[in-house]
Amino acid sequence: MNAIINFASNLIRGVSSNKDVFKFNGGVHPYDHKAESTTLPIAQLAIPEKLILPLRQHVGYIPKVLVQVGNFVLKGQMLAKAEGTVSAAIHAPTSGTITAINQQVIPHPSGLPDMCITLTPDGKDTWMQLQAIDWKNTDKKTLIGSLRSSGIVGLGGATFPTHIKLHTNGKSNIHTLIINAAECEPYITCDDMLMRERADQVIKGIEIVQYLLGAEKCIIGIEDNKPQAASAMTMACVGKDIQIKVVPTLYPSGDARRLIHLLLDIEIPNDKRSTDIGIQVFNIATVLAVYRYFEFGEPSIARIVTMTGNVAQPQNFEVLFGTPLQSLIAAAGGANPDTTHYIMGGPMMGFDLPSEQVPITKAANCIIAATADLFAAPPPAMPCIRCARCAEACPVNLQPQELYWFSKANNFEKARDYNLFDCIECGCCTYVCPSNIPLVQYYRYAKSEIIALDKAKESADLARERNDFRLVRIEREKLERAQKHAERAQAGKTETKLAEATKEKPPEKLGTAANTEVTTDKQAAIAAAIARAKAQKLASANVAELPVENIATSATTKPPEVEVAELKAKQEKQALIAAAIERAKAQKLVAAQAGVTPKNVENVSAAVQAEINEIDALREKVKLAANTKKPE
Amino acid sequence: MNRSPYITDASTVSMIMLKVLVALVPGIIAYTWIYGGGILVSLAIATTTALAAEALLLKARQRPVKPYLTDMSAVVTAWLLALALPPLAPWWLIVIGTFFAIAIAKQLYGGLGYNPFNPAMVGYAVLLISFPLIMTKWPAPLLLAEHPLSFMEQLKFIFSHVLPNDIKVDAITSATPLDYLKTQLMLKHEVASIREAPIFGHFGATGGEIVTSAYLLGGLYLIQQRIISWHLPTAFLAALAVVSLAFYAISPAHYANPLFHLMSGASILCAFFIITDPVSGPTTPRGKLYFAAGVGILTYLIRVYGGYPDGVAFAVLLMNMCVPLIDSLTQPRVFGHKK
Repeated sequence: MNAIINFASNLIRGVSSNKDVFKFNGGVHPYDHKAESTTLPIAQLAIPEKLILPLRQHVGYIPKVLVQVGNFVLKGQMLAKAEGTVSAAIHAPTSGTITAINQQVIPHPSGLPDMCITLTPDGKDTWMQLQAIDWKNTDKKTLIGSLRSSGIVGLGGATFPTHIKLHTNGKSNIHTLIINAAECEPYITCDDMLMRERADQVIKGIEIVQYLLGAEKCIIGIEDNKPQAASAMTMACVGKDIQIKVVPTLYPSGDARRLIHLLLDIEIPNDKRSTDIGIQVFNIATVLAVYRYFEFGEPSIARIVTMTGNVAQPQNFEVLFGTPLQSLIAAAGGANPDTTHYIMGGPMMGFDLPSEQVPITKAANCIIAATADLFAAPPPAMPCIRCARCAEACPVNLQPQELYWFSKANNFEKARDYNLFDCIECGCCTYVCPSNIPLVQYYRYAKSEIIALDKAKESADLARERNDFRLVRIEREKLERAQKHAERAQAGKTETKLAEATKEKPPEKLGTAANTEVTTDKQAAIAAAIARAKAQKLASANVAELPVENIATSATTKPPEVEVAELKAKQEKQALIAAAIERAKAQKLVAAQAGVTPKNVENVSAAVQAEINEIDALREKVKLAANTKKPE
Repeated sequence: MNRSPYITDASTVSMIMLKVLVALVPGIIAYTWIYGGGILVSLAIATTTALAAEALLLKARQRPVKPYLTDMSAVVTAWLLALALPPLAPWWLIVIGTFFAIAIAKQLYGGLGYNPFNPAMVGYAVLLISFPLIMTKWPAPLLLAEHPLSFMEQLKFIFSHVLPNDIKVDAITSATPLDYLKTQLMLKHEVASIREAPIFGHFGATGGEIVTSAYLLGGLYLIQQRIISWHLPTAFLAALAVVSLAFYAISPAHYANPLFHLMSGASILCAFFIITDPVSGPTTPRGKLYFAAGVGILTYLIRVYGGYPDGVAFAVLLMNMCVPLIDSLTQPRVFGHKK
């Protein structure tokens, strides 16, 4: 009987009792381990002896360093300036001296070193002159522009520069702002504690962001395992037009697309961004950083980090960027002796840190001291038994078992067909796999292989194209040399004739004729050069755009290349024809004005004609090659 | 290096297989009660043969023996085959069937996870084709038998085919209801009168329907434990019921009612334990529905029109062939892709 009741309840389980919240497919319920690090309030971590600031703490271009070794800097002073559109500035977390700008180990899955600025604090922690921004009386464009120098990036872990997410080009179509406070990964509690302790500031930050986006609606999504945070936020929201929705604890509800689905029952199409349909998602800690920047002029110099796992006293700390991990470990009472290594992020999507010396960066939401017990190595993988538990757990509704077969067999095209690139690498499939197959690892491998193959193919195509054009160019230069030769020879003869003619004709006329000859020839050459440059520019612009397009829609690699090749050939040809016409016109004019026909013109053109024909044939070949590529 | 996730739930292949075995226990208890302890001997013979064959083939294929032997999948195959065979089947029949299932149908195709056909059903089909006479003769349930055999007598019969002096082999065996129904219908009898024979119980076979109910209990446990999804048994039973109802509605005199089909033969065992073999079955939810419905319809058609009394084994094997096609045609819509 129990079994029957359970069966019935299993059938009903899909229907959520909370009508406000919608359900996404799949997801898993790992034990959350959040209680450990929420017993104590957020503590301020002392200024360490040395701060190491990686230049790459965000998604995008590396910022430009503004300081030199030996410079004294004040707290909050900009050390590196955002360069390019997608970039973020770096600021001094405290006052002190720049003691090094060099390669250092950074917290990155690759474990490779990268450029860092080392700041040795003077201990005085002297702020630079900060300027609050009266955001209510400043126009949005100025506000967003100034945010570019705030160094604020998405603090949920994605580290996408915030000013870009707010950049609306004046005409915002964002109607809903979603504040992501789901914090669905186990162990991480930095957002939880932030909401408990700083709800008022968060709400003010939300108001600023909502104003900048022009969003009418704002919803805060919090998982139901954070009741204290939810009630603190509810208290702070009283009288405000901000909605708080408590969503069931289910990893990965904190994934932006999952959260949007949970809160609004909207599926963001796979080929669109949420902003395309008027929804923007901000992490809750980011919003607080925005508030502090506008209210106090404080740039992004610190964040709240959860230090948990195998340490004496897990706790959340407000940590200056650049603080070495070991200071944080020491502040949490030190790691227990059986600690094997440290993980940055949560246990579902985090990565191993290469050492205890790595600095805390903008992406560091959580550090877990790991032991062999906490994160036991899985038993050896067994074969896939096609139980499809992974498919049931996949929040994107993929068929992980199929992707696994294809990835394992290096059948990358098939993996792509089965939407490998929709995989968000949340790890749910690996989590549930009874055969202990590291499925996500296979997907990471297949993705990187596919990207590498695409790139290789692209560069091979480019190289082939370049070679084709090199051949054309060589021929063209040959032709031009021959033509110049001929022109010079012809000019010499004309001059002799003209010299004879001057005896009969007035000198002014000769001057004009000679001048005209020179100018028209020059003009023709310039026109030809311009035409050629334009053609090349256009072609190279198209080529330059290619990689970007390929990353976005790698399936459509072929057509743009063909277009480029054709366009190039066409425009080169047009430019040459135009130049030839100009030249012919100029010659005609000279001849008409001089009243003579150069005798050797026909001979020269006959000699050149062969070369022209040859080039035309070659060009035809290039075109043909480009065309034959089409059916692929 | 990025090697997340660092945590996994506790499930393992051997745990899944163990739960399937646990789910079979009520059925085995009922079986023992109805047909006597001989089934326990059959199970032991099948298990031993399966493990020996698995170990032998793993050795021959130079694969690690221990992890694969302890995954329990061979034991599941052995038990399912032993339960599908007639009680008191001679030991060599069990050995041949099990060996074929494990060595040929499973290991030669690549072992766990690689067999396209349900190993237990391959073993069953081989035996049914090779030894049709033994395979279709079932001993009567103990409560119907003129001479109920003791456990020792059953044991002796299994190993040496020797019965106590005063009993003939025919005296302890009888046709199964499905078989009996088929032969009697061919003799132009009507269903209602055929079903008056003592071998017919309330729904299916006398005694047999109790075993079937016990299987059902185990099957529901598997769904509750999320070892199997509801799609397969539901679609199989629904398809079998719908088809048999259609025929029954047309001519109740010539076709048995749906309940009889659901509760007799291997229907319930098939619904919860055989078509739910993940390796040889489809993976998509929609594919599971099609696959199971296909097995249900084929089972009925073979029962009614085929040459064998029950059609489960052939129906399963035929549908196993369609699995790659079913899977590729029933890919679910990926999140954010067009409906």
